[in-house]
Amino acid sequence: MLLIREFEPEAERQYKKARIGGYCHLATGQEAATVGAVSALQDDDYLLASYRDHGLALARGVSARAVMAELFGRVDGCAHGRGGSMHLLDVGRNFLGGWGIVGGQMPVATGVALSIARGDDEQAVLCELGDGATNIGAWHESLNLAGVWRLPIVFLVMNNVYGMGTSVERASAEPELYKRAAAYRMRGERVDGNDLEAVIEASEELLANARRDREPAVLELMTYRYRGHSVADAGLAYRTKDEISDHRAEDDPIELLGRKLVERELVDEDGLEELRARAKEKVKDAVAFAEDSDAPDVDSLAEHVYGDPAYQEQFARMRPGSPFGETTLVFERGLSS
Amino acid sequence: MSYREALRLALAEELRRDERVFLMGEEVGVFEGSYKVTAGLLDEFGEDRIRDTPISEEGFVGAAVGAAMAGQRPVVEIMTLNFILIAMDQIVNHAAKIRYMFGGEAGCPLVIRTPNGAGNQLTAQHSQSFEGWFAHVPGLKVVAPSNPRDAKGLLKAAIRDEDPVLVIENLPIYKQKGEVPLDEDFTTPIGRAEIAREGTDLTIVPHSYATVRALKVAEQLASEHEIEAEVVDLRSLRPLDVETVAESVARTNRVLCVEEGWPSYGVTAEIAARVQHACFDDLDAPVERVGMAEVPMPYAKNLENATLPGEDKVLAAALATLDMGPRR
Repeated sequence: MLLIREFEPEAERQYKKARIGGYCHLATGQEAATVGAVSALQDDDYLLASYRDHGLALARGVSARAVMAELFGRVDGCAHGRGGSMHLLDVGRNFLGGWGIVGGQMPVATGVALSIARGDDEQAVLCELGDGATNIGAWHESLNLAGVWRLPIVFLVMNNVYGMGTSVERASAEPELYKRAAAYRMRGERVDGNDLEAVIEASEELLANARRDREPAVLELMTYRYRGHSVADAGLAYRTKDEISDHRAEDDPIELLGRKLVERELVDEDGLEELRARAKEKVKDAVAFAEDSDAPDVDSLAEHVYGDPAYQEQFARMRPGSPFGETTLVFERGLSS
Repeated sequence: MSYREALRLALAEELRRDERVFLMGEEVGVFEGSYKVTAGLLDEFGEDRIRDTPISEEGFVGAAVGAAMAGQRPVVEIMTLNFILIAMDQIVNHAAKIRYMFGGEAGCPLVIRTPNGAGNQLTAQHSQSFEGWFAHVPGLKVVAPSNPRDAKGLLKAAIRDEDPVLVIENLPIYKQKGEVPLDEDFTTPIGRAEIAREGTDLTIVPHSYATVRALKVAEQLASEHEIEAEVVDLRSLRPLDVETVAESVARTNRVLCVEEGWPSYGVTAEIAARVQHACFDDLDAPVERVGMAEVPMPYAKNLENATLPGEDKVLAAALATLDMGPRR
């Protein structure tokens, strides 16, 4: 949680220095929801996510170096500089991506669950999405398929109150989003997403049901994003400064957890400070690593559009009359001449 | 064997060969397929592998994308090409992007099969051929077999391919018969056009059902006009075998492109652009194109006929290309 809390503002600083480009969606304030849900996953479970994926990647164990290098667009990034902020992944950790089209990850995640259901292994899929994604058609289609096919998937709704600048109340006819699960005869739970223990408990239970009984579910985590929708959004057109500071003062997940840990004498204030310092150090190291990592080779531009071993042969006859530059740019390295 | 049976044979062979292969789509199981391509497969392979879906194209195409990412080899049937638009986001924004966007770390060996075509008074929403939209997208492959042999060969090649492949079938061809190799390892290579008829005077470049029309017109040109037209059946739209087209045009010096869809921004537009660039010095006449009239398909039979790129229009365009008829 502390790593995410330190990582996200650093990403914003680097963005403002123009070392990070494109869209960049931060999840500061959502640390307990992020870490609690992901920590309930077993190693062979799958995670799919929306584009607000830095924290989820870090929670799944992707190194801060690989995430920061990806944000910098470098070869040592987890997608080797082809994905950027929204498309982090780590196939080795069964983290199959941050996805950039709102709700688009839901049918894909449903298919990963279908793949599990074709076999006998006790695995589950955790599919993270924002509150805004519950109003897109893919939400309905995915929940319906997961319901009729009894797929091992938990749809994790990060309810951070706003889909961009539109509040849940203004966007959803049933703003208690977890209740929509009932339409698919599916269990729906709403939990305080800023309470780490509550998140872990609910996530573990629903994921266990998914693994064991192929029972899909919706888990709505109530949380709050401190920053704007993306770093380009000041986040104040649709809410007040007071609203944000009230959340920070009363519901901050890291403050809440820190207080609990101190109360239970698991750590003291100095210990917390040390953890914070370690997280800062890790982020600093990640930035240095990203700075040192090479930009992708331009000659590799055409690599990975296709992966079939025969693709060079398949495309070999497409060149005559091709648009300008293809012979040198697109085909030189990616396709044989 | 009919085109439909050839497709079924390809599916059955691949289902037997590879446990990871499974079929998904509306009415593919109990109903045996809207066009009966999957008839009998449920009995042999069971519900897990011949999976009926709700009417939910975005959902089940996306589910196939996810299953493919997770190591399965899904083959999805979309009832007709017209309904694929509902799943466009999953195909173009997801399937086509996975390998590249994730830096080669993940892949999507997915097959989507669906028929295009018109001609049965199915009107505006059910008579379309926009396979060119998909051939536009890097990351996708698009094939469009015009005969039973290639239907089997290209579908098998698509299922064995590591990348997402859209297999464009065709409603009017489903019942067409032809020789089909029974060898289980027979495939038609993706990315290779075929000279379906040799000729010296004119190159006609069609795909899918337009190939059937082109071959008829070629016979008519031979018997009525002593013209030998070469027909280059594209078979693959992406990758596109421009080389075979260009070699043919270098011999005939005249080219007519034909498609069932609207020509503007279409497959024929792409061929014309490639040909003018690759064969500039070879051309004795402007590249001619024929496609569906640029209106939404009307219902009345006479209007439908006026909209389709019928053999009469292909013949007239061929004669124009040969300087034997008026330019349109």
